[in-house]
Amino acid sequence: MDLTKLSLKQLNTALSERQISVKEVVGDYLERAKQSDLNAYITLTEETALQSAQTAQKLFDSGESTALTGIPCSIKDNICTAEIKTTNGSKMLENFVPFYDADLIRTLKSQGFVMLGKTNMDEFAMGNSNRTSYFGNVRNPHDRERVSGGSSGGSAAAVAADLCCYSIGTDTGGSIRQPAAYCGITGLKPTYGRISRTGVTAFAGSFDTVGPLAKTAEDCAIIMEALTGEKSYASKIGNGIKGMKIALIKELFTENVDVNVRESVSQTLDFLRSQGAQVEKVSLPALDYAAPAYFTLASAEGVSALSRFDGVKYGLRGEGATYDERLRDSRTRGLGEEVKRRIMLGNFVLSGENMNTYFRKGLAIRQQITREFNALLNDYDVAVSPTSSRSAFSLDEPGDFVKIYSSTLYTVPMNLAGLPCVSTPGVNSVKFDKPYMPIGVSLTGRKFDEATILQVADCIERGRNR
Amino acid sequence: MKLYPTIGLETHAELMTESKLFCSCSAKFGGEENEHCCIGCSGFPGAIPSLNKKALELIVRAGFALDCKISRFTKWERKNYFYPDLPAAYQVSQMERPVCVGGGLEIEAGGETKTIRLNRIHLEEDAGKLNHVGGKSLADYNRTGVPLIEIVTEPDFHSAEEVVAYVEKLRQILQYGDICDGKMEQGSLRCDVNISLAPFGSEKLGTRTEIKNLNSIKAIGRAIAAEIERQTDLLENGEAIIQQTLRFDDATGEIIPMRTKEDAHDYRYFPDPDIPPVVLSEEEIERFRQALPELPGIRLKRYVNDFKLAEKDAVIILNDKRVSDFYDAAVAVHNNPKTLANFIVVELLRRVNLGEADMGALPFSPADFADLQRSVDEGKLNRDVRKDVLREMLESGKSPGQICDEGDLWLKEDSGAVEAVINKVLEANPKAVEQYRNGEVKVFGFLMGQASKELKGSAAPATVKNILESKLKGE
Repeated sequence: MDLTKLSLKQLNTALSERQISVKEVVGDYLERAKQSDLNAYITLTEETALQSAQTAQKLFDSGESTALTGIPCSIKDNICTAEIKTTNGSKMLENFVPFYDADLIRTLKSQGFVMLGKTNMDEFAMGNSNRTSYFGNVRNPHDRERVSGGSSGGSAAAVAADLCCYSIGTDTGGSIRQPAAYCGITGLKPTYGRISRTGVTAFAGSFDTVGPLAKTAEDCAIIMEALTGEKSYASKIGNGIKGMKIALIKELFTENVDVNVRESVSQTLDFLRSQGAQVEKVSLPALDYAAPAYFTLASAEGVSALSRFDGVKYGLRGEGATYDERLRDSRTRGLGEEVKRRIMLGNFVLSGENMNTYFRKGLAIRQQITREFNALLNDYDVAVSPTSSRSAFSLDEPGDFVKIYSSTLYTVPMNLAGLPCVSTPGVNSVKFDKPYMPIGVSLTGRKFDEATILQVADCIERGRNR
Repeated sequence: MKLYPTIGLETHAELMTESKLFCSCSAKFGGEENEHCCIGCSGFPGAIPSLNKKALELIVRAGFALDCKISRFTKWERKNYFYPDLPAAYQVSQMERPVCVGGGLEIEAGGETKTIRLNRIHLEEDAGKLNHVGGKSLADYNRTGVPLIEIVTEPDFHSAEEVVAYVEKLRQILQYGDICDGKMEQGSLRCDVNISLAPFGSEKLGTRTEIKNLNSIKAIGRAIAAEIERQTDLLENGEAIIQQTLRFDDATGEIIPMRTKEDAHDYRYFPDPDIPPVVLSEEEIERFRQALPELPGIRLKRYVNDFKLAEKDAVIILNDKRVSDFYDAAVAVHNNPKTLANFIVVELLRRVNLGEADMGALPFSPADFADLQRSVDEGKLNRDVRKDVLREMLESGKSPGQICDEGDLWLKEDSGAVEAVINKVLEANPKAVEQYRNGEVKVFGFLMGQASKELKGSAAPATVKNILESKLKGE
């Protein structure tokens, strides 16, 4: 039995029934992680993992284990871990070792979690191909010449390649869902505010969310229950979807979407219909402005969030005779090109009159999108859309940032509206893209109703595995 | 051409909260460097702010004390700039929707009464401090995140005197409201002054300059005078005023430029994404209003109308809230506001002014102080003795009763006891007695003095005089 192929739920059963020990499963995962050439991890924490494995085993032995006890996981490197480097994928924080744990790490620790390491990511979570990381590209496990997606590229690749059982990532504009789609796994962006961001490096405070990337929808539900302490996320897993009302978002299903992706989404919807759901195409007109609104607002917040990295307190210390010179040197050398681009953009939209011309307009669009989305979800249980207009692209593809920014249209609306959204591979996607690359379908639900979208994702999963 | 100054003021007052504005670190002044710090107030990644409700209550209080309109809906913006004393590189402040809008404060200056209009009061966080030691600058973030209100006036002042009167009165109100301790020397109250000059009667204001961070009332007066003089000289020589930020050097009395408008920061204010707007309910605002302590204006009326104090004395007592609180506590124990006021103004404050007593650390309670005055008022103690007892209380911390017992200071009601003491004095001074009887009556004063010394004020001087006279003549 290859333990690294098991889902979280299966592993938990095997551990609880003493078919295997925590040490075995952690050992197997560590072995794979060490041998991997995907560059999914920035830091492997083998020693800590083995210690945690012992603690976890004791919890099993004393009957105090929980669903996550002893399950090997990885943590995105923008989530602070005490005594363990937290680089944020940046040269600026290459040697930054926090003295504190993020709230969610404390929660996981209290349940005997085992962390194998910190995963690679786009620098400060700004990027969607993991190519902006100071620590190099992450390769897609399905095709090493393609991108993993981003910014939680390391997390998605690690789960997909069985280098961990699940991962915790962050999603500001699609950073959990898009890499999950590119790597063929399930990734959940919870409702904004659902999981504490304390100890998670801010990118854009009004958008940032923390969530799981895992092998199944049910695993995502189990992780959510562990993180929130609320037993409701897995409550609908396995339920049929008969009579469910599902909306296909018209603006996200246009000619701009790759034909293979459209085909996969269509097949998925056909499957859902076959399960008794009612599917209709519904329009959210304000989505035409979603990407520009997102980049206006998120870049503005990003400028402010990243300004604390001045080399004074920690991080890359600049050189120079004056504070200004040291500050400039620290940030010039410490921050990468994409981060600087977004800083320029954010400063631009906030400066002088631009505040009214751009930023306020962005706020108005955000409100409009939120209204339209909520109105849609009054009438429908779930909204469906492709997670990306295409599957993972080549690592060599030039970084045309206007094109890249526009391509976030498929994920940013849910962040603008603060809604929960899960991306899961569509049914039969293997038939449409050659060579096979996964295609993600996004399911968006009402605020705090993660249970329903996970239920539908689970249903699609069953359709996939037929 | 007569030039006329127009002045506006921004006053920063640190609020008297236990903890900081967005974290639970202590907001206390002092402490070891970076002792009162967490990941939030020292700018580490991943800090999420959580608004201090007490700070909100205190700014609402300030709003009521200064006749402002309280906003039901209020929100915070980030003011972005790089400086090593600002670890997050932004200050959370209020731009669009301050908690308090409008308002005003009536002042008296130059024999006139006028109202200074307020523009707004908003709630923001303080920055840290840089200590410059041996060519290095060390950052201390203890003050970072301490709640601060900024009270902004309209340009309603036309002299340094008016500004000083305003700051004194404002400080008193903030202290009485338990809003800000008003310790300017610790920086908990400080002012930025905007000044422009224009020809008398001109509708248009001149170009203004801003003097930052004045932290004593004296410095405010001096800085304004110096800046008016500087601008007057420039204008009279036909030169233009440059819009700029200035600093006042307290030691030399000089005005020093900091930066001009051209290199002013673009703060790029935008709504703080981590702090949701606050909606205050009418009930909550009402609760905050009811919690507002008695302000100096109302106390003054009480002292003058109810206690019948002379306004001059009432003002002296009100000048320092600790004195006024002490006075009220003493009156609660001994209901004779007039004699207690006299005792405080004439004796206690003299000791304070001489540095013999510290209102912040008196070794006795208002009740002890009131007991002493009660003994005098009830005729048990000679009025002249109370200052000696007070001194002793300051030195030893003993209760007045104990001091009077030990020193045998109580007024002797029994004339036999007084007679006994006088007999002793006469026996001890046979020569003086003889001189008196031989017609040298001026030695009476000497004998009177000796008797008083022995009696330590425990008998009324008239009684002593009568007994002594009859003894000397009668025998």
